Amino acid sequence: MNLNKRQTFASEKWKKLQTKKGIIIYVGAASCGRAAGCDAVTEAIRKYLKENNLKADILEVGCIGLCCFEPIVYIQKDEIPPICYANLSPKIIPKLLEDIFKKGDLRRDLALGVIGEKAHGSIPIIYEHPMMKSQVRIVLRNCGIIDPNDIDHYIAKDGYAGINKALRMKPEEVIEIVKKSGIKGRGGAGFPTALKWELCRNAKGEPKYIVCNADEGDPGAFMNRSLLEGDPHAVLEGMLIAAYAIGAPHGYIYIREEYPLAIERLKIAIQQMHDYSLLGEKIMDTNFSFDIEIKEGAGAFVCGEETALLASLMGQRGMPRTRPPFPATSGVWGKPTVINNVETLGTIATIIREGWKWYSGFGAKTAKGTKTFSLVGKIKRTGLIEVPLGTKIKDIVYDVGGGILNDKKFKAVQTGGPSGGCIPASKIDLRIDYESLTSVGAIMGSGGLIVMDEETCMVDIAHYFLTFTQEESCGKCTPCRIGTKRMLEMLEKIKKGDGEESDLELLEDLAPTIKNASLCGLGQTAPNPVLTTLRYFKNEYEAHIKNKRCPALVCKDLIAFNIDAKKCIGCGLCKKNCPVEAISGATKKAHVIDLDKCIKCSICYQICPVEGKAVFKTSGGSK
Amino acid sequence: MKSEKFSIKKSIKPFKDKKGTLITILQHVQKEYGYLSKETISTIADELSKSENEIYGVATFYSQFKFNKPGKHQVKVCLGTACHVRGGHELMETVERQLVIKHGEKTKDSQFSLERVACMGCCALAPVMVVDKEIYGKTTSTKVKQILNKYKNNGGR
Ligand SMILES: Cc1cc2nc3c(=O)[nH]c(=O)nc-3n(C[C@H](O)[C@H](O)[C@H](O)COP(=O)(O)O)c2cc1C
Ligand code: FES
Repeated sequence: MNLNKRQTFASEKWKKLQTKKGIIIYVGAASCGRAAGCDAVTEAIRKYLKENNLKADILEVGCIGLCCFEPIVYIQKDEIPPICYANLSPKIIPKLLEDIFKKGDLRRDLALGVIGEKAHGSIPIIYEHPMMKSQVRIVLRNCGIIDPNDIDHYIAKDGYAGINKALRMKPEEVIEIVKKSGIKGRGGAGFPTALKWELCRNAKGEPKYIVCNADEGDPGAFMNRSLLEGDPHAVLEGMLIAAYAIGAPHGYIYIREEYPLAIERLKIAIQQMHDYSLLGEKIMDTNFSFDIEIKEGAGAFVCGEETALLASLMGQRGMPRTRPPFPATSGVWGKPTVINNVETLGTIATIIREGWKWYSGFGAKTAKGTKTFSLVGKIKRTGLIEVPLGTKIKDIVYDVGGGILNDKKFKAVQTGGPSGGCIPASKIDLRIDYESLTSVGAIMGSGGLIVMDEETCMVDIAHYFLTFTQEESCGKCTPCRIGTKRMLEMLEKIKKGDGEESDLELLEDLAPTIKNASLCGLGQTAPNPVLTTLRYFKNEYEAHIKNKRCPALVCKDLIAFNIDAKKCIGCGLCKKNCPVEAISGATKKAHVIDLDKCIKCSICYQICPVEGKAVFKTSGGSK
Repeated sequence: MKSEKFSIKKSIKPFKDKKGTLITILQHVQKEYGYLSKETISTIADELSKSENEIYGVATFYSQFKFNKPGKHQVKVCLGTACHVRGGHELMETVERQLVIKHGEKTKDSQFSLERVACMGCCALAPVMVVDKEIYGKTTSTKVKQILNKYKNNGGR
């Protein structure tokens, strides 16, 4: 393939799209967009266009990360650049399109910003939006901007210029650039990427393999899914470069089956690479040959761990094994193998293209570059974000995320998934990098940031994570298999109000044993959620044990639901929706809950329309 | 049964002589039949010249593989962290109550089976539930009835 020619063609194609006369509609159609109902919105748009005899191009793009505003659609018309509209529903569409197309009213009220370089009238560019402003988008630069199913869009955005440049260097030189950039693995452990490549390159054994770890098992994290759905070629180009650097003729993508759209987009992208001779023999007219195979995971969290992943990739039970030997010397079929996370690989091409100096200009002293995070939980603006490493937690929660949902009190943020920990609100000024997160007992992990507020019970959270690890423990080693079970039993007791003070000591006692004696990372980190919550929220544990009280009003055995007769307007909504007919009361009169019948499903609490809610929860005799 | 055997053989063929493809084969077969029956496992074992034990050994490790026929509509409720803090468990209990089954079970009329999943990657729209291939974001307990009804009456989309 001659990249220059392709680039010229692709740039023109991209430019044409930007300047095309007529209507172009871009739909945010990643999995999250679909879950929010983008298909129904698209249908409503098509219907409107048909009824009004309007022609339009409708394009699907990935997720720009503003997930809380979905369904999202960008509308471009003649001289008006694509403007991003948020929170759409089939109901709003006819009026919105009528206003834009017929009345020339751009509906500033629904517009989030312009997808492009220049503001349009009073509508600023999208990067000025409060959720976007403090982000630095390197990995996510194309997500939600280009059509992920069109390789030309990627090429127009300097795609495949990285591999083009790399192929003109010696593999060692490529590794040197990656080394100087300072990038560390984004999959969790933070191992320097170049070092891993070097070890593998120098290891004995042929052929070598590169594996892209797209298992993303951490519940509450979706960075890898979004990147693969929004810009698959970025990850694939990274794989090409890594393969060239380590001398691997074959690569695998191990991706979880829960991500069907990402799998579909990868398949399309791989086919396009073949069409453009970017895979196969003699890539870009050099002696470099490479091909990629997709392997679907089968729903086991532990298979994200590299040695378990290898076993699963080879068709076996996904059991981890002791290391060494590390995969870099003995991986797929016993051959030297590099396993890298999706985001790590997704960053590589940009580093090669723009140079290590440019990349290492971002981030903190010991942690270079940017990191993507899935910002979720009790926060106003949920979504996928990318910030320089070293950004303060406070800036993420308040500037990017807009603060806590319903203006409740911020309690903690959880990082690192089941291996991570809960960082309390008092450490809000902590800068997010590998060392500082470890210093507070959490870990960077793959990038899940789950925000918790005063209504989140920390005992419940510890219990939640232990349920998860206990279930996902593969059972090979005893400390993990039985240790997590014992921990979970104690947490269950405490949650029920049957805990004893000695349980806390036992938990603290058991944790280091599990950590030190477990075979793989799953067990070695499983106690972290318990340890951090014990460290920062011991008072909550004590309230459960001593006062039989759940301060966050979450643990079912310790709470009761009531109706405040003074506030109740007698609308009857709770009565109507109560699944066990535990609520009685005449219309416009205060209602009451029969505590003997109540199953604490919380529906009345959720549904109560009164401001400040007439339904309230109590625990241990107090609100 | 004969034709089933034949088509299993057919779906195995492209992978048969490649190393490490057992999971891929099981995925293909499950896609076709919805689950892995005793008979299918035995056919696969024959085809690959492995013991049934070997096949079960691998298959039972992974939560994707089912050994009982699932309901016509497969309902999944996410119990990932983001969904958990936004009421995923309450959502699960509501679905369980409405279908009158627990997760891991199938309704008597075989219309629905219910499972939990640990994250669908739509965490920003928590809590999340899935019916067949359709993902529903921001599913509060009060929306469950409406969603399930869509599949009850017309047999789904
Ligand atoms: C229990 C467990 C689960 C893991 N899950 C993942 C995962 O889903 N994705 C991932 O990239 N790395 C995961 N890892 C980390 C991998 O073992 C490995 O370190 C990583 O894929 C290396 O890529 P990187 O150097 O690019 O970060 C997991 C580790 C453990 C112990
Ligand atoms: S936690 Fe439910 S979709 Fe991720």
